[in-house]
Amino acid sequence: MKAKKGKVSVMTGNVVAANAARLCRPEVIACYPITPQSEVAETISGFVADGSLDSEIVEVEGENSAMNVVLAASVAGARTFTATSSYGLVYMYDAMLQASGYRVPVVMVNVNRETPGIQAVSSGQQDMISTRDSGWVQIIVENNQEIVDQIIMSYKLAEDFDIQLPVMVNYDGYYLSYLAEAVEMPDPADVDAFLADLKKQPQRPRLIPGASTGCGTHGMEMGYVEVRYKHWLALDRVKQKVDEIDKEFGAYFGRSYGGQIEEYRNSDADFTILASGSAAGTAKTVVDARREQGIKVGLVKQRLFRPFPEERLIKALKGKKAIGVIDRSVGFGWKYGPMCTELKAIAPAIGAPPILSYIDGLANLDITIPHIERVVDEVGAAAKGKAYQDVTWIPME
Amino acid sequence: MKEIRIHGRGGQGAVLAARMLASAFVAEGKYVASFPMYGFERRGAPVVAFTRVDDKPIREKTQIYNPDGILVIDPGLLTLPTLFTGVKPGAAFILNSPKKLVDQPNENIKIGGAVNATGIAVQEIGRDIPNTCLLGAFAAATGWLKLESILACLPDYLSGDILQRNLKSAERGYKEVEVTKW
Amino acid sequence: MVIKHKMIFKTESPWSDANEKMLVLDTGSWRTERPVLDVSKCNYCGLCALYCPPQCMKDMGDHYEANLAFCKGCGICAKECPKQAYAMVPEGEFSK
Repeated sequence: MKAKKGKVSVMTGNVVAANAARLCRPEVIACYPITPQSEVAETISGFVADGSLDSEIVEVEGENSAMNVVLAASVAGARTFTATSSYGLVYMYDAMLQASGYRVPVVMVNVNRETPGIQAVSSGQQDMISTRDSGWVQIIVENNQEIVDQIIMSYKLAEDFDIQLPVMVNYDGYYLSYLAEAVEMPDPADVDAFLADLKKQPQRPRLIPGASTGCGTHGMEMGYVEVRYKHWLALDRVKQKVDEIDKEFGAYFGRSYGGQIEEYRNSDADFTILASGSAAGTAKTVVDARREQGIKVGLVKQRLFRPFPEERLIKALKGKKAIGVIDRSVGFGWKYGPMCTELKAIAPAIGAPPILSYIDGLANLDITIPHIERVVDEVGAAAKGKAYQDVTWIPME
Repeated sequence: MKEIRIHGRGGQGAVLAARMLASAFVAEGKYVASFPMYGFERRGAPVVAFTRVDDKPIREKTQIYNPDGILVIDPGLLTLPTLFTGVKPGAAFILNSPKKLVDQPNENIKIGGAVNATGIAVQEIGRDIPNTCLLGAFAAATGWLKLESILACLPDYLSGDILQRNLKSAERGYKEVEVTKW
Repeated sequence: MVIKHKMIFKTESPWSDANEKMLVLDTGSWRTERPVLDVSKCNYCGLCALYCPPQCMKDMGDHYEANLAFCKGCGICAKECPKQAYAMVPEGEFSK
């Protein structure tokens, strides 16, 4: 490990995210406040105001403008940062599509909160799900330490010359955004060193005043198809890159998260639970408790949501006798939760075991330890050949 | 692991109290996780804050259903029917009240602490912000952390004159809490 | 799935009726000060009732009164009253 020990202090998730962004030295920031992200915008404005962050803040009147500003700044070659949630995320959707279409390395924090449909100021992953086809890289983190570490890794990923894609770092509103826990904030010099290699790369194309080059000016017929194809390939390259960057981060800072997925007590497990975000942390305690009772359950924490970590999931889940997927969101039009439906795409490759879908944790209603215990017990029974329910809405039961 | 639930209203400092408690435990070398749950972000609306403390990293991120300690900042919240639901045997209950606790509020509660935090806060701080006083009372009644730890972490959250006043308030809470054991 | 949840909405889509109690929040308990009317100053113009955000002003025939079960003490009625007939008084002065 090369980095020196960072300062440890008790910080809420939002303040952690703002500090992480500060460490990465974005040049342009446009951030509109929205619960449960407001502290991110407030804290980062404070850093610029007190001089601890040298960045251009563009004050905007809404999230759509916020994304347009960082997209434009990024096209002009700047490192950028923004943050939003729920209503804000969907308000900026058209600009988000442009950001990924133009292949600009914007890094955005999305604090997971339920989306409109019915007014909701509560925790849930529906906002991330609503934008899953935006062409962005989407990563989900489990705790506050992972927030800072993943934001740093996200700049390394987004600005990689082979990638050049915008990255969204998701963390649960309330459960992580307002959660105070001890976090080791890396030293600024170490973050600079970790990101230094990015400057050694060839310069990515950018707008230069007076020059004749432009981005997104041609999108007819095969031009459109070609850009989409290259984008699709880049997303595929993200998977291996996420694993590589995670290893590099681990070697440098001494903390590593498994890359695309984290396997917890999974290699010798008979059956596995798939979860993401803060619920994965809770699930780890249930796995430990059940293991004490001799039940061989494992957990796979899905960190990479887009692109879908197909190869790593196949390797982790092949041969498992049953899998339970906990979704903190709803898959409209599908019988199963979104992550469960996507997992089913690899069912043939992993031996077609029973895959049970659980929908829980919507609208600030907890994914509690008893809920996860129930999931483990039912998936365990399915692994033994007992009859099971395809999909369960835990709060409705 | 100890699980502590703090009940208050928006504007009374419940969320800050949970964080200060978390910081104080960290100062004693423990692992902590603390977060609030509220529906409406405004003065007067009910707020619950959850603080977990343990000797190893805390991974569960759920509300607290089986508290070892309950701290009530607003006595008006005593009428909450679910206040003591799930409380663990041997639990502690700290209340902002000028009257010492006599009746055992719940069969599982073995330690009760009452302190006139509102009165002390108005005297020391000039406003009804009873949170720091109650933290001092909590430390004294439960013995789960030292007063010094609370006083040491307040500068992370407050400064200047208001810090000095809150330090006084916390100390008075520690000294003046009336503890009842059942 | 055996649904144990007792449905809250009677309709498919989330419609509710203001005359029926679907969710009653004790918002009156959130109040830190309440509007007190000096009836002699009131000209029954109704502006307070019009502006009240939760619409909790009761028509008393020749003046209005806040429904204390829901009044959150925002003070808009006092601010808008053209006769300055309302005083915002801290709750502490009314408690048991």
